[in-house]
Amino acid sequence: MIFVDDKEIVIPGDVLADEEYHSGRGTFREDNNICSALVGLVAIRDKKISVIPLQSKYIPKRGDVVIGEITDIRFSMWNLDINSPYSGFLPASDVFGKEKRELNKTFDVGDVLFLRVVDVDEVKKVKLGLKGRGLGKFRGGILINITPTKVPRLIGKKGSMINMIKDETHCDVVVGQNGVVWVKGEPSMERVAEKVIKMIEEQAHTSGLTDRVREMLSELLGNETVSEDDETSEDEEKSFEVDEKTSEYEGTSSKEEDTPEEEEENGEELIQ
Amino acid sequence: MIIIITDSNLSTGTEASARADGRAFNELRPFKIEAGVLERADGSAYLEIGGNKVLVAVYGPRELHVRRLMQPNKAVLRCRYNMAPFSVDDRKRPGPDRRSTEISKITSEALIPSVFLEKFPRSTIDVFIEVIEAEGGTRCAGITAASVALADAGIPMRDMVVACAAGKSNGQVVLDLSEVEDKEGEADLPIAMMPRTGEITLLQMDGHLTADEFEKAMDLAMDGCKKLGEAQKKAIINRYGE
Repeated sequence: MIFVDDKEIVIPGDVLADEEYHSGRGTFREDNNICSALVGLVAIRDKKISVIPLQSKYIPKRGDVVIGEITDIRFSMWNLDINSPYSGFLPASDVFGKEKRELNKTFDVGDVLFLRVVDVDEVKKVKLGLKGRGLGKFRGGILINITPTKVPRLIGKKGSMINMIKDETHCDVVVGQNGVVWVKGEPSMERVAEKVIKMIEEQAHTSGLTDRVREMLSELLGNETVSEDDETSEDEEKSFEVDEKTSEYEGTSSKEEDTPEEEEENGEELIQ
Repeated sequence: MIIIITDSNLSTGTEASARADGRAFNELRPFKIEAGVLERADGSAYLEIGGNKVLVAVYGPRELHVRRLMQPNKAVLRCRYNMAPFSVDDRKRPGPDRRSTEISKITSEALIPSVFLEKFPRSTIDVFIEVIEAEGGTRCAGITAASVALADAGIPMRDMVVACAAGKSNGQVVLDLSEVEDKEGEADLPIAMMPRTGEITLLQMDGHLTADEFEKAMDLAMDGCKKLGEAQKKAIINRYGE
């Protein structure tokens, strides 16, 4: 027996189905019933019933790529805020190897980095690393926070949504799985991108979103008088430069593609 | 000879006298719940019931910096119930007092059974309840709104928590006491429950009730909770309305 429809909004405690179904994410079993633990949308796959949350906090998972801000420098590591209940740390050895160097000369408090979660231990210490393609420090740009569960929706199927924003606004956009989005481009374009991203967050659970995003983009960009200020000089265009000391792998362009590819698999999880 | 006529028998209600505000014995005050009213909080709710206006903000799960409070296997749920100085007729001295400290404690204890705290070890969930206007029954209003705010923050829960009071006023067992009924009445019985399982998470009593009256008051309060539970659900769904 099932008591709800697919894609229906449920609240905590709602009875979804009885024991002939399997309890998936966002649900729990009680007295032979499967109940929702969250505010979210019901997703039924075969005999598995789960609830996709409409709001959540990022819980670090090994292998995720996240955007973090340095909050503290300790003797041999940096502490980072990764928009989560658990703060992360980046060991100096990961950046310098065996060499000893001054930490604050490399990264200072307030710097924004693109990192990988190397390990999460049983006391929820989140170890971060910079080894990997495209990881490193961001220069300039703005940060936008969205709910982590809406990250797959922002990226879209095979990065369709994010690429549309990139193409239309000529901004560099990087999405961390912790719901932090970094945008860099012309200041006016950054604002357009921010508006669009916020709109996607708000309406992530509705259908036909891609069309509305396209509409909104053309509307916002149509109003812009196309004034190509040459103030954004050449070197700024290479915005996605990674701190060379820290990154073992080089390659400046197309790093942004990294994230969408990795999250492709999750892209379908949110209701299209 | 002077005959004094009281209007106690003039009401058409099945139960003896009408209440000061003309409600039936089992009628709640008019209420309204709204979810997601604050921009910066992780979850929030606004609730009005009768003359009560309550605003709740939830932050978390977030990092807990007070090491001695940290639980290695679960999150801690901290509550702060606060009354605005202008929320009552005589200005209330700002800041926590004995009463609000007690209500903060019982609120967190009423909410804890519903929350899956074990999903967020070593973190904290903070609930801030601000009473903007008070007219009797603010602790219940606070708990009901706090549960909506927790759900809005995306915190996993076994069930919603709803709170409602019943009591005895003018010799009659009634639902949802107003300020006058609470002050001049014989007893006040606030309860909080999880409507699906019927589990009671808060039960307090002030005054005297016989065993029969207590049973009756409990039944009334539980019915009231179920009605409020519907409104909670509507409030959350409206937030993501079509």
